[in-house]
Amino acid sequence: MSRTALLLLADGRFPAGGHAHSGGMEAAVASGAVHDTTSLEAFCRGRLHTAGLTAAGLAAAAATGHDPLALDDAADTRTPVPALRHIGRRLGRQLLRAARATWPCPELDHIAHHRPGGVHQPVVLGVAARAAGLTPLDAAHAAAYDSVGGPATAAVRLLSLDPFDAAAVLGRLADDCDDVAGEAADAAGRVATAGTTVLPAASAPLLDITGEHHAAWTVRLFAS
Amino acid sequence: MKSGPEAPATALLPGDGDGTSTRRPVRTGTPHLPDAASRATGGTPPAGVRAAARLRAAHNGRTTTVPLLHSDGPFHLRRLRPRGEQARVCVLGAMSAPLGGDRLALDVTAGARTRLEVTTAAATIALRGSTRDPATYDVRLTVGEDASLDWLPQPLISAAGSTLHQTYRVELAGTSRLLLREEQLLGRSAEPPGHLSTRLTVRRNGRPVLDQHTAYGAPASAWDGPAVLGGHRATGQLLLVEPGLDAPPAPVLLGDPARGQCVLAPLADSQVLLATAVAPTLARLRHLLDAALAHVPRAEAPS
Amino acid sequence: MHLDHPVTMPHRHTHSADPRRPDGSRRALRIGFGGPVGSGKTAAVAALCRTLRGRLSLAVVTNDIYTQEDAAFLRREAVLPPERITAVETGACPHTAIRDDISANLEAVEQLEQELRPLDLILIESGGDNLTATFSRGLVDTQVFVIDVASGDDIPRKGGPGITTADLLVVNKTDLAPYVGADLDTMAADTRRQRKDLPFAFTSLTTDDGIRPVADWVTERLTAWRSEAGR
Repeated sequence: MSRTALLLLADGRFPAGGHAHSGGMEAAVASGAVHDTTSLEAFCRGRLHTAGLTAAGLAAAAATGHDPLALDDAADTRTPVPALRHIGRRLGRQLLRAARATWPCPELDHIAHHRPGGVHQPVVLGVAARAAGLTPLDAAHAAAYDSVGGPATAAVRLLSLDPFDAAAVLGRLADDCDDVAGEAADAAGRVATAGTTVLPAASAPLLDITGEHHAAWTVRLFAS
Repeated sequence: MKSGPEAPATALLPGDGDGTSTRRPVRTGTPHLPDAASRATGGTPPAGVRAAARLRAAHNGRTTTVPLLHSDGPFHLRRLRPRGEQARVCVLGAMSAPLGGDRLALDVTAGARTRLEVTTAAATIALRGSTRDPATYDVRLTVGEDASLDWLPQPLISAAGSTLHQTYRVELAGTSRLLLREEQLLGRSAEPPGHLSTRLTVRRNGRPVLDQHTAYGAPASAWDGPAVLGGHRATGQLLLVEPGLDAPPAPVLLGDPARGQCVLAPLADSQVLLATAVAPTLARLRHLLDAALAHVPRAEAPS
Repeated sequence: MHLDHPVTMPHRHTHSADPRRPDGSRRALRIGFGGPVGSGKTAAVAALCRTLRGRLSLAVVTNDIYTQEDAAFLRREAVLPPERITAVETGACPHTAIRDDISANLEAVEQLEQELRPLDLILIESGGDNLTATFSRGLVDTQVFVIDVASGDDIPRKGGPGITTADLLVVNKTDLAPYVGADLDTMAADTRRQRKDLPFAFTSLTTDDGIRPVADWVTERLTAWRSEAGR
């Protein structure tokens, strides 16, 4: 494996559209639920152990080589609100575009060909990781980190938080990210024999509720 | 339409001071139940109750009957007066359950063409019990072709110190109708909750349509934080399957961050609608779920 | 019934500015409109639409700071039917969406191409930003940078990538020069010095057909694009 490929895939500057998404942070800031570093950390920790864990499981499973279309269906069953399914596929299409340019391979072409409307972003992330020679655990790490990196950056922009505080929050979440990635990769290792139902399906009611709510706003800074 | 889940909880521990029943039935009557002494001393495992209650509704050509009604352990099943063609069954708690170490299962089948409603008489309270082992509560709901099931239990309350792993496995045929309501209260008044995890899987025509896992209360991480429950202590869902639905309704958003919020929206399988709500109290939660249900074309609120 | 899989878009997920679609047909010319806040980008795009819509099939992508504002203006002004205007969210970083990570804009452009084919021209308006914001060549074929007289007649002298390298520089609101004490001759001289041989236009969109120099330039570019793509 190339450790540098993992850094590239997980880099917020990788042109996959993530910069315009707050992962629910814009809605949380608007309601006052996130207003300082402490509440930012609570938000990120909660998102990591719910949406982040679920995404990490899907990404790790895709990186094992499991059928990405079946995993896309599994992502659908784990995403109960239309707004977040829409965003998941949109980010998936955008990541696919960047991944095909960076690590061209038949597996990524296969997704584009069979699901032109896109597959959920974590599934693309896993297939891209595999194309880059990374392991399922690497893919899970990238997904877990992605689940908190975006919201933390968005909070800095939305609340004018001290960026050093936000970086420190992410630093404190490192062990949790590792745990989540490990749990996700373990589950992904069982998918080949036990099917996608063994993958994490952790869910957070408020992320679903506010995700749909945010999509109905007419004026917003972030796409989600 | 009811304003709130006001049915009394019958399994409260003494000393709750809220005026409701403090009945704590003796846990007898199941083959696997250890005697009270071994339970109290935390003796050798298994320390909990094992119980599997079952009920099955069938259509006799004229109406729905309930030929199988198997009570077990804490589950006492009783037929209620039918409502038109709909058979009705109530689950009465014969003892306090689930306690730590208990392994409880309830299997409900609504056979082809039946109309069945299942309710519970009182809130289910997860309590700590004499062992630290988790309790498990597995609910299996199977609905046949052209059948309809309303699963409308009273809320589940996660009391301090308890650990409960709950699973819901729902199997639907393509023409099944379902109304499932699930409400959870995290902690009785002025106490932290125990640990409550719930895995809900719904399959329709053999295909998974919903797979969801929630975990609240320590050691779950940041479960009451702004991404998950936002400080609310009541959360719940309505799952509505309506094969006749021509077009799925647009997502419905109700409430506000302080008094509770709810979204009702179609799943990827758009004949399945899910309402998800968080609220400060059970009454407010029920209000939101009832209001969400009123937005669905079927639109008859459960009693 | 599964409504989540939208219409298929076979040409999606490409990542180059290839002038042809995968099926070999010519795609629309993509022109970026950038420039500081308030310089008149939206007004210029609106005026262009009014001028060109009679003879060309047009669409617009807006990149608002607050999504929908500019798109809403264009829809309200009815310069184009609403389905021809798409807004892209930029996560509080408008320059990122047109330069560093163009994927959301490419999505929007491709969606418009798919739904409205054949399109001749897609105008992509950036969110109001600073003098350094330019469009990626992966997103647009050519770009226009719009500044205005009222923001100070020293702006051309200051330069910056938009002013020096844009394919067309528009110095807008010349009608305000007397009121803000701007010296148009100095501005023109500075502009010439900064841009060498690259074209520029002084415009006043409040006058009849004030957009004409820009419309003529766009038409020229489109003609050139067609002959290049036709080869």
